This record gives sequence, structure tokens and C-alpha cells, in this order.
Amino acid sequence: MSAVAAPLAPARRPATPLGEWLLAAGVLAFLALFLVAPVAIVVVVAFLDPRSGAPTLVNFADFARNELFLRSLWNSLWVSAMTVVLASLFALPLAAITARFHFRGAALIRTLGVVPLIMPPFAGAVAMQLLFGRNGSINLLLGDWFDVNIPFMEGLNGVILLQAIHYFPFILLNVSASLANIDRSMEESAQNLGASGLRLFRRIVFPLAMPGYVAGASLVFIKVFDDLATPLLLNVKEMLAPQAYLRITSIGLADPMGYVISVILIAVSVGSMWIAALATRGRDYATVQRGGGGLARREMRPRDKLLAYAVVLLILALTLAPHVGLILLSLATVWSFAPLPDGYTLAHYGRVFAETPQYVWNTLLYATLAGVLAVAVGSAIAWLVQRTRIPGRAGLDYLAMGALAAPGVVIGIGYLRTFYGVTLPTGQPLATFWFMIVIALAVRRLPYALRACTAGLQQVSPQLEEAAENLGATRPRTVRRILLPLMAGGMLAGFVTAFATASVELSATMMLVQNASDAPLAYGLYVYMQSPAGRGPGAALGMIAVAIVGLCAFLSHRLFETGQGPEMR
Amino acid sequence: MRASANREPAGVEIAGVNLSYGATHVLKDVDLTIEPGEFFAFLGPSGCGKTTLLRLIAGFAQAQTGTVRIAGEDVSALPPWRRDVGMVFQSYALWPHMTVARNVAFGLEERRLPRSEIGPRVAAALDLVGLGDLADRRPSQLSGGQQQRVALARTIVVEPKLLLLDEPLSNLDAKMRVQVRRELRDLQQRLGLTTIFVTHDQEEANTICDRIAVMNDGAIQQVGAPMDLYENPANLFVAGFLGAANILEGEVTLEDGHPVFRSGATIRIPLAADEPARHRARLMIRPQHCELAAGAAAAGAAGRIAHREFLGAAMRYGVAVGQSEILVERPFDSGQGLLEVGAPVSLAAQPGRARVFPG
Repeated sequence: MSAVAAPLAPARRPATPLGEWLLAAGVLAFLALFLVAPVAIVVVVAFLDPRSGAPTLVNFADFARNELFLRSLWNSLWVSAMTVVLASLFALPLAAITARFHFRGAALIRTLGVVPLIMPPFAGAVAMQLLFGRNGSINLLLGDWFDVNIPFMEGLNGVILLQAIHYFPFILLNVSASLANIDRSMEESAQNLGASGLRLFRRIVFPLAMPGYVAGASLVFIKVFDDLATPLLLNVKEMLAPQAYLRITSIGLADPMGYVISVILIAVSVGSMWIAALATRGRDYATVQRGGGGLARREMRPRDKLLAYAVVLLILALTLAPHVGLILLSLATVWSFAPLPDGYTLAHYGRVFAETPQYVWNTLLYATLAGVLAVAVGSAIAWLVQRTRIPGRAGLDYLAMGALAAPGVVIGIGYLRTFYGVTLPTGQPLATFWFMIVIALAVRRLPYALRACTAGLQQVSPQLEEAAENLGATRPRTVRRILLPLMAGGMLAGFVTAFATASVELSATMMLVQNASDAPLAYGLYVYMQSPAGRGPGAALGMIAVAIVGLCAFLSHRLFETGQGPEMR
Repeated sequence: MRASANREPAGVEIAGVNLSYGATHVLKDVDLTIEPGEFFAFLGPSGCGKTTLLRLIAGFAQAQTGTVRIAGEDVSALPPWRRDVGMVFQSYALWPHMTVARNVAFGLEERRLPRSEIGPRVAAALDLVGLGDLADRRPSQLSGGQQQRVALARTIVVEPKLLLLDEPLSNLDAKMRVQVRRELRDLQQRLGLTTIFVTHDQEEANTICDRIAVMNDGAIQQVGAPMDLYENPANLFVAGFLGAANILEGEVTLEDGHPVFRSGATIRIPLAADEPARHRARLMIRPQHCELAAGAAAAGAAGRIAHREFLGAAMRYGVAVGQSEILVERPFDSGQGLLEVGAPVSLAAQPGRARVFPG
């Protein structure tokens, strides 16, 4: 060996480097400006007298005196609760069949768990009308054969059916995970001690599976309660989120009712999350036992097997119905009062790309930027929490996760209220600048990105970084050469999840889009679907969305499956 | 590859170091000097502060008071990347996204060495640890012993002033451990590199180190050569940590001018002439320094065999004497015959072997 290492000059070292403080301050400023302030302002305005500006409860009294609002509140609660019931009816048999029996169709059920998630519920709304509506394919056939007409899609029923089809996987996945965590020895030791049949189910299986069910069900409840787009596309306006949207867009930002409704939406979200947290707190049973592997599986008798396949295929058919309907609609020349379209064409896709290509490009641009922003903020928070000793760092994590409790409508109203008065040099209000849509999407997807980045960082032992510093790499060089390559997998997974969900977001987007040239795909779909002539192109846009999200779901599945970035083997 | 060819071995001086994490006082008034070229061990139970002391030298821990000097230079304020001390981590900390060769080249690249020089030095370092043909593998494709050698090669290739080894053998199986510790010693001798070795295993420290600092509860208990520590422990902790020891409570009295240790009614051990009388004292004697005779004898303390364990080379007896139990080891093939459990025996200490500490 010849050369001596480069001479090393001494340097002073502060306890917490300035860079860490700056990063923490930047993250905090971002969250304060784009999450805390808009939500706080919405809440505060709900408690202010619109004329005098004095604190008051009069807005809530007005809300309580208005029959339309009370009916909307009741409708929202009803739809959310019934969606949970219907989704449970779909999910629980599937979960039970896979957990309890040897069943060839298990792979089919696992696929069922993903398929609905790759299409936003609103995208299939109109297609479902054509399949299940009063004059839809199913009812036309039923009318021909049996002379009956079932109101699947009448009013609130349509919202419930559509939401249940879309969200039942949340319950299925959570309950299946809970059941898979129950070790068969738990059941066997209960049997060994004399329990069997219903008592065994009531005392062992049910309590162990309950936290997963409550977590899934409360998630479904929140999602449905907050959803703006699905009711609007089904032309159901007497629900809370649509009412908030209509008040703000038709009466104006000064009308207090939108804010009152926002406060109710937040309260219900927080309440449901609180219930879920209570249900799962101290019940992380997975860590108590070793292994897991699920309950003892039994063979099915032929008759049961037939029944099981019938149930699975029926649910599969329902799950695929919006997709099938959307494909047909996107290819149909005319489809009205007929079980199937009269003819087929690709003209709708051509029209989308010829007349409104900006919808697709805007979506790709916004979702990409939002994904990058969410991952950047998410990995910064993950790093600050795990690798520094900055006081209050855990608070950043909680704050970012708080975005889960802020419905899209609330974020949208909050941004309008907070940033409308701020004008850009062009004279345009900041709230209507397209980049605000990106920020809103990033904030709403931040919790997912943060969890992915946190998981990615947790896989990297701090000793790997210390080894680099020990061999002469400065902190920035260590981050670049060791940390970033190693957590790239987690960051990419976070990006893909954020990108996919951001590309079909509509609640906040709907509030913030000011003109069609800035609108993303989901908004375009809504605009097209307003007229019968626009249904074809709207469906074509929906199919493009399905393709984007489906591709992302596939990618993230691959990423999570290998668990590591492309550089790792 | 001879690090000593162009660099004098560096010594380490640690003075007045106190380190706390919150309310936990991890290092207490640590003063220590490590000579250039020495193979030195920090030995102690888990939680004694030995790894923290090592990390302090590497720059990964910050002391509230005191200084660390390496080769005479105060490095207390230097960040890890400027200290030029090589550390081998307990987990090896090999980077999974780089090949073996890239891992080893890392430190040289950070030192901005020309590419033409990095290649040969990486190859030489890998040859030195016998892994020349595995340069293109990923760490995950290597066995534990091979990973350990890569970690070592990655550290010594930069010719650090100092080599720090944090429990480098703890992730190896028992057989590998014996082999690798011998190789470590050989390598250290060849490179003439000042090396600090952290371990909780007294056998590891005894077999390869020139000197040992025994640590407990954040403080250094004693510093010395392995045999010295074994023979002349400074306190009961060191006595008990290095090898098996019988500890007896009692008093030292003068009988006809000769100091004698007494414990209970039956135990009576004559001591060296300069031992002062003490009202309360503790006596340490190693199991192999006790003599056993079958049956009751006038000279020794009367006891009874409570249990026995066959250790291979030796038979270890637990002898109940009054309220205490004393361990005694006899070579298995000493020709003295075996004693059965329950047999009455008499027990005596070999003269001059017992150590007395204030009680």
C-alpha cells in the first residue's frame, strides 16, 4: 500500500446539526400551511357569525333547523351504515370460506380483494345505472322473464351498492389478516379444554377476529361518509358532502353551512378512527404468539363446495359489474333501454384524446408531482423521527397522519378559504392555481407515503450508515451512497401508492378545479357524465384511469412482494 | 500489505470522560491509556459501557466531559468521518446493495483516491483475508465468517490509525470463533495496528489481547495483562468475572501473630503474613486451588459433597460446608478417585492462593 489517506482537518461539531433543524422547520411549515391552517380555518369559520365575525353557535342552530341538512345528515349516516352492512355481507362469507376450508377458489378470492380497489367508485357509477338501473340490463331481463323490477340503483340504494362493491375489500383484507394471525393451537387448546361449536366461535375466534373487523368497517364508514364524487355522479345531492360542495360552489365561500358540514365530517371521521383505535388498542395479538398460520382448515362436502362457489362467483360478478359496464359504455355507439349496446366503436377514445387530452396529461402531471412531494415530505419525516434527536419529532409523524382525518371536501374548502385572498403576480388567486391541486393531493396521500417511507427506513440498520461515516463519508455522502439506495424500494412503493390514489382523487380536486384546462381525468369524467352524449367519452376516460391505477397496483404488488428496491436481489 | 510501513502505530489516551444519556450515567470518570501497537480489550457484562466507550473513540457518542486523544491529537470535537479510525461492527454492517469489492472500495473512494490505486488495494485487502475470489459476490451470498472478513477487509484497507472491533465474534458459531480470533491476532501482529476489542467473553479477551480493561457499571475496574488480572484481581468483580471463584464472607484475625481467615464455625484459612486483621472481610479462592480429601480429617474443614459436574478435563464438586457451598475442581485423571454425592470430605486451601478483600 502506498498512499496515505487525505489529511483530515479538525472541525467543531454541534449537538444537533443546523441542517436537521432546517429540515424539521421546513416540514413543519409545509404541514402547518397546507394541512393545519386550512382545516383550522374551516373549523373556526363554522363557529363565527358570518356578519359580525363574533364567536357563535348560531350556524349549528341554523343547520339543525334546516330540514334539508338534517335529511342529508341522516342520509349520509344511513348510506355509510348500510354500506358497512352490505360490504360485510360480501366480505365475511369470503373471509370465512378461505380461513376455514380447503378451497380451490381461494386464489380467486384473493384477486377479488384487489380488483374493486383499482377503480374509483364514481368511475363505474353511470355504467352501473345502465346495468342495474330501472331501465338497466338486469331489470330489463328481469322484466321480460319475471315481470319484476328491483330498485338496485334508486336514490340512496345506488350509492350503497356502488360503495359496498368498492369498499368491501377493506373488510375482507382486515378480517382475513386477523384470522390468519390466529394460531390453530389457540383453537385446539380451547377444544382441548372442552369448548366446541358456537361456544368456541363466540369465546375464541370471534374476539380474536373482532379488532380486524372493526378496523376495516370503520375505515369503510369514514370513506363512504366523506365521499363526494360517487353521490354526485349518481345525482344524489341530499347527502352531507354533496351539500357542502353545492353550498360553497353555488352560494359562495362566505356561506357558513359548508363549514358547519365540514366540522361534522371531521367529527365523524375522528370519531370513527377513535373507535377503531379503541377496538385495536392493546390487541395486537400478532405479537403475542409465534407463527400464526390461521385456523385449522377442513374439507368441504360437495354440497357446501357448490354453495361456496356460487357465493364467490356471485360476488365476483358484482365486483366486476362496474368494470364490465364501463368497458361496454366506453365502446358503445348507443346503449339505452337495451340489455347490451346496439353497436361498438372506438370513437369515444378518439374523442377524449382529440378534444380533451389535457385531462390525461394533467392527471399524469399532478399525480407524479403529488407522489414526489408526498414521498419527499414523508421520507423527511421518517428520517427525522428515526435518525435524529430533534425534540418533538414524533409530533411531525402524528401531524402528517392527521391528514387521514381530514376529508377531501374539507381540504378543498379550507384551501379555497385560506388561499383565495392570496393573489399571484398574474392577479390569479392562489387557491385557483393548478399547483394547489398538486399540494392538496400530496397532503391527502402523505399518510400512505409516510408509512411506506418509514417501513423502508426501518429496514436500514443505523450501523450501515455509521460504517460509512467511520470510513470517511460525510453525512450528506452517507445519505446519498448508503441510505437512499437502501430505502429506494420503500420510497418507490410509497410513490406508486400515492400516484395511483392521487390520479383518481376527486373530492378535493372538485373543489379546487376552476377551469377545464387545469382539470385532471377524474374531474373530466364527472364533466362528461353530466350529459348523455358525454357518457361514452366519460367511460373511455374511466377506462384510462382503471388502466393507470391497475398498472400501479401491479407495480406496487411486485415491489412489496420483493420487498426491496431494484438494486437488491 | 503492511500498514506499519508508512504509519507509526497510534496510541489512545482517554481522560476524565463522563457520558450520560438522560439520567443514565453510562461512563463514569473513565481514564485509560492504550499503548501504540497494543491489542487491547474492553471486557465486561452487557450494559457495562464498553461499547459506548468504543463508540466514543469512533465519534458515534458524545461525552459530556473529558477528552479522547488519538496519536496525541484531541479528536473529541471531530465527527466520525474525520477521525480515521476503522471500526468493525457487531452486525458487520455490510451494505447489501454493493458487491464485496464495492464495499471494500468505499473508504478509499471517500478518500478520493485515484481509481488506478483503488483496484489493487481492494484486491490486496481481500487477499489478506482470504476472500480474493469472492469480490463480485453480494454480502447476502456469503457465510457469517466470510461477511466478518469482508467487514475486516473494508476497515483495514483504508489503513486506519486504529482498529476498533465491536464483539466481532459474537455472530459466529463456537468453532469459527476460535479460528477467527486466532486469525485476528495474527493479522494484528502482522499489521502492527493498535486494536481495541470489545467483548463480554473473558476467554476471547484472555486468548488474544495484550491487555484488558475490565469494566462494570460504566467504570473501569482494573487494567492489566490477562494473567495478571486472573492472579491479582483488584476487586471481587474482577475476581468473579475472570474465571470461576469461591467468595466467602468472614473475618481476618491474628492467631499467634499469624493472620487467619475465619468463616462460620468450620472454615479456617491461614493467610500470608502481611495480611492485616479485619472485622469484616471477603475471601476469594479459585476452585482448582482447593484441596479435597475423602473422610473427615483434622486439618481441613469438614463438609459433604452436595453435587458434582463432569467438565471433561476436570471434575467439579460442590461441597457443603456449614452454611456455604464451595466449588472444588480436580483434574479428572488425577488418580485420586471419584467422590460420590453425600460423601463426607475435608476441605483445605492451597497455601498462598487465597485473596482477601475488605468486606
